[in-house]
Amino acid sequence: MAEPVLSVRALRKSFGGLRVSDDLDVDIMPGELHAVIGPNGAGKTTLINQISGLLAPDGGRIVFAGHDITGVPAHVRARLGLARSFQITSVLPGFTVLENVAVAVQARSGSSFRLFGRAADEPELNRPARAALDEVGLVDREHVPAGHLSHGEKRALELAIALALEPKLLLLDEPMAGTGREESERLVAALQRLKGRFPMLLVEHDMTAVFALADRISVLIYGRILASGAPAEVRADQRVVAAYLGDEME
Amino acid sequence: MANAAPAALAPAPARSFYAGRVLPALLFAAFALAPLAAAAGAESYVLAMLTRVMVFAIAAIALDLLVGYGALVSFGHAAFIGLGAYAVGILSAHGVGEALLALPLALAAAAVFAFATGAVCLRTRGVYFIMITLAFGQMAYFTASSLAPYGGDDGLTIAARNTLFGMPLLRSNRFFYYFVLAWLLASYLFCRALVHSRFGRVLRGARENRGRMATLGFDVYRFQLAAYTIAGTIGGLSGFLLANATEFVSPAYMSWQRSGELIVMVLLGGMGSLHGAIIGTAAYLLLEEWLAGITEHWKVIFGPLLVLIVLFARGGLVGAAAELKRRLARG
Repeated sequence: MAEPVLSVRALRKSFGGLRVSDDLDVDIMPGELHAVIGPNGAGKTTLINQISGLLAPDGGRIVFAGHDITGVPAHVRARLGLARSFQITSVLPGFTVLENVAVAVQARSGSSFRLFGRAADEPELNRPARAALDEVGLVDREHVPAGHLSHGEKRALELAIALALEPKLLLLDEPMAGTGREESERLVAALQRLKGRFPMLLVEHDMTAVFALADRISVLIYGRILASGAPAEVRADQRVVAAYLGDEME
Repeated sequence: MANAAPAALAPAPARSFYAGRVLPALLFAAFALAPLAAAAGAESYVLAMLTRVMVFAIAAIALDLLVGYGALVSFGHAAFIGLGAYAVGILSAHGVGEALLALPLALAAAAVFAFATGAVCLRTRGVYFIMITLAFGQMAYFTASSLAPYGGDDGLTIAARNTLFGMPLLRSNRFFYYFVLAWLLASYLFCRALVHSRFGRVLRGARENRGRMATLGFDVYRFQLAAYTIAGTIGGLSGFLLANATEFVSPAYMSWQRSGELIVMVLLGGMGSLHGAIIGTAAYLLLEEWLAGITEHWKVIFGPLLVLIVLFARGGLVGAAAELKRRLARG
């Protein structure tokens, strides 16, 4: 069996008396799109925040690409190849669409301690940035400040930023959140194209998207993984239906 | 297509060519020509006044780098000016009056202080950052006040302006004026290159969204510390020039009121444009001078006036001018 790209073991995190990660184990295998679903407050975003390093766990271990990254700061994890998108859109609103992606290219291309030379004119930053924008269909919007984009376009921009990082693992925190039907269909299509290029951990409430995209689904309830398996297995699991899917799928 | 959403169709607010290049060029041309125009009238008064404007504009540009581009509201920026000035004063008290020694010392003192205090201050955010930079500024102020061998509270008179290559060139007010102008231009061009560089892009990105920059892989702290050190060093340059301009150094140069004035200068001109800091400094100091000439109660007018400008011209004078131009163009 192949080594998992990411393995989370016995992860624990509490906010006051509330256990949001309770001895949580999860693995991401190479190339797979692994979806984590669960009701609100199950600890999905908390899990992603601990994996990406914005939140320190109370206990447990996170191993990514052979490195124990449990105590490693977010920017170092990013440099190891861990990229994420945010549930609440988190682009740089004052930067243009192109610059938002170019700064991601810059992050993985050598030192940014360069005090001279116009970064905006560097072809080695702009060319890969345009390629990433092209993949998500935003290339004709490159000069628009990101703050002026529609919600769906911002979600697409988040995806382009993640692409530009050429990640070893992409964490997607509710990429469809707040998008309309048409926009979310476009995002699903974009993710469909990216599938297989690198593994992804997808946290999402849109069950249509999850069942269309995921190779494996884990159901998170009260900070624990209740069930994990192929979409068909999870859908048939009585515990899952009772605890979560029952009211989601109607 | 979502692209057709009308609100999203608004084009990029391209910084106009006028604001980006012509305005700074005009500004520097005005500084370059001012002594010629003043030659007819009260030349020494005009030179001294404008020299003062340029000296503080250098510090204001550096502060704009932090406040405008890094969202780092430093309330201790005057400390760097003071350190630069004391470097000149203390050397002069020991009989060393050469700029080639005093200037590097002034820059080094400010850089070391900025690096050491910045390393602590930048661990904090927001209001805490403001308070801790203020605290370090006050620390420098009280340290200078207690320097009994160098005048303590009363400050220290400098025998003469620094020599340059052993020659008393800076003693000519006109030469000194252009000397300061050259440093102002150099500081402006340096900071301008900086904000457009890869480094500047990271600094601006952290202003927009620090968490995002960290998850992209940037150690934001290091970039901010470098920016803080650079801004402090330029503050030291301003202090070196101030000591030479006034031939006097005093702990008052480092007071928190001075730091506050510098922030007001940056806000008044419009932060995040660099030339706005120069305009703000000129507006602040010339307005202060003019009002003080009219009435001894000038602060009663000056204070509310600043409040009005900050309230009604959010982008400062530069922003207000751009807004006016937009409205005129629209008719």
